[in-house]
Amino acid sequence: MELAGIELKNPVMVASGTFGWGREYADYLDLNKLGAIVTKSITLLPREGNPPPRIVETPSGMLNSIGLQNEGLDYFLKEDLPFLAKFATPLIVNIAGESAEEYAELAKRLSRETAVKGIEVNISCPNVKKGGMAFGVDAGLTKEVIAAVKKATSQPIIAKLTPNVTDITVIGQAAVDAGADALSAINTLVGMAIDIETGGSRLGTLTGGLSGPAIKPVAVRMVYELARAVNVPVIGIGGIMSGGDAAEFLLAGAQAVEVGTANFVDTAAPLRILAELNDHVHRHPRALNLS
Amino acid sequence: MAIQEKCRIEDHKQVGPRHYKLTLASQYLASHAQPGQFVNVRCCETSDPLLRRPISLHRIDAQKGMIELLYEVVGRGTELLSKKPVGQELDLLGPLGAGFKIDPAKKIHLMAGGGMGIAPLRALAEQVTGRGSRVAGQAVYILIGAKNKESLIGEDELRKTTDQVQTATDDGSAGKKGVVTDLLLDFLDSQLSVTSYPLSVIYACGPRLMLKAVAEIARQKKIDCQLSLEERMACGIGACKGCPVKTVSGYKMVCKDGPVFDAKELVWN
Repeated sequence: MELAGIELKNPVMVASGTFGWGREYADYLDLNKLGAIVTKSITLLPREGNPPPRIVETPSGMLNSIGLQNEGLDYFLKEDLPFLAKFATPLIVNIAGESAEEYAELAKRLSRETAVKGIEVNISCPNVKKGGMAFGVDAGLTKEVIAAVKKATSQPIIAKLTPNVTDITVIGQAAVDAGADALSAINTLVGMAIDIETGGSRLGTLTGGLSGPAIKPVAVRMVYELARAVNVPVIGIGGIMSGGDAAEFLLAGAQAVEVGTANFVDTAAPLRILAELNDHVHRHPRALNLS
Repeated sequence: MAIQEKCRIEDHKQVGPRHYKLTLASQYLASHAQPGQFVNVRCCETSDPLLRRPISLHRIDAQKGMIELLYEVVGRGTELLSKKPVGQELDLLGPLGAGFKIDPAKKIHLMAGGGMGIAPLRALAEQVTGRGSRVAGQAVYILIGAKNKESLIGEDELRKTTDQVQTATDDGSAGKKGVVTDLLLDFLDSQLSVTSYPLSVIYACGPRLMLKAVAEIARQKKIDCQLSLEERMACGIGACKGCPVKTVSGYKMVCKDGPVFDAKELVWN
């Protein structure tokens, strides 16, 4: 299937930050069978990430505060890209920066790689002091970043949106106006968990990003709103654990989905979800008008 | 290579106030796992609690195709796990992480476990001693620390691997009154000659403060030391970057680079 100029193998992709750089999961499932691989966020320079603890389990979900730990673009191009290029699955590289120029530089250099089929722009990470979500909560800054990326690359651009806004369609429209070819939603919801013994945060930072089944209803609602507001494809993300969950997003208007936190629970999650989704479509041909 | 597989529960016994021993059938895990490695266990089929629970391998029996886990109920995940009956299958991911490294040049193996930290030491002791049969020239000493007599788990079983087992409890209700590092210092000063320090290695697992103290002792005495760490995890396979530990070369992941680290690598704050 085609989505915004990217030839996906199927509508089930993996979500950034939950699938490493693909290599980590290669022993557990056939990467060739994924709809697409979306990498963990890559920044221009290496990032050490946030102090521990970085993970807290919460009811039907988890808070994370990883802080975009990664080895930087040069390392990615040298060490991870050659591995990912071996697979027939389209590769979408997720990028994050502290300024529009950084995003543009990342997009420019990644576009030179034939293995890269699309760029997902992370303007929604809640766990960094500079950049990330700061862009995605402001329509003007969203436009600025997406326009800079658009100018730097001819690759399809997916803007990954944050749910931590009053009206996600305003940000979505701003991204589309600036040249986004698709939108993905949602990134994590900002949350907190307090240790009642010590009175402090249960994370190394004060807040973290909530993911998992707990956020699915919020995500479905926001995908529904976006799909009706913009004229580009929407990719649904948020707590998808089963084929039924994926179907719910497609019914809300998404054209594809990304499986995230489920990867931590079940290493075969994306392929299991794809099989369940296909089965569901087969049993309910009219409910989901999918090709 | 690790795999995700369903393993049948062959035995499941309560062995302490909140402590359980779980025997699982897995020829793959039993043949491939190394002492110090762990499995990431799915404790329920629903989404709450959501994440797997990392549990170290207590015994690895390749001949029988069995592994044993020794764990304490500390929250909802392990609580649900403790209710799983014999005959049911558990979804395991493993063997994961980097385990203990056994250096053939070392002749004296000192194993220190605090609380549930004794869990991986059984597998390690069995490996070093050749699964019970004495290997010439290899001496294994096990030092156990616990809160009290009731939470002193696995002592009898550890005695099957070596007759050199010493215990300490915080309240003195069993063994010596004190902590496991008291036993370690005492042992190094009174029972081991300084000349044998280079032939010795310390392996430790337990609470963070205990490990920090063990690392400091090992540094002062210039004895090689391997520590098995614990951290909250999500994926268990190095993908999520959720379980960092500070090392001399930056953050490393407890799940993938560890859980066993050379004490010299770790940075304590």
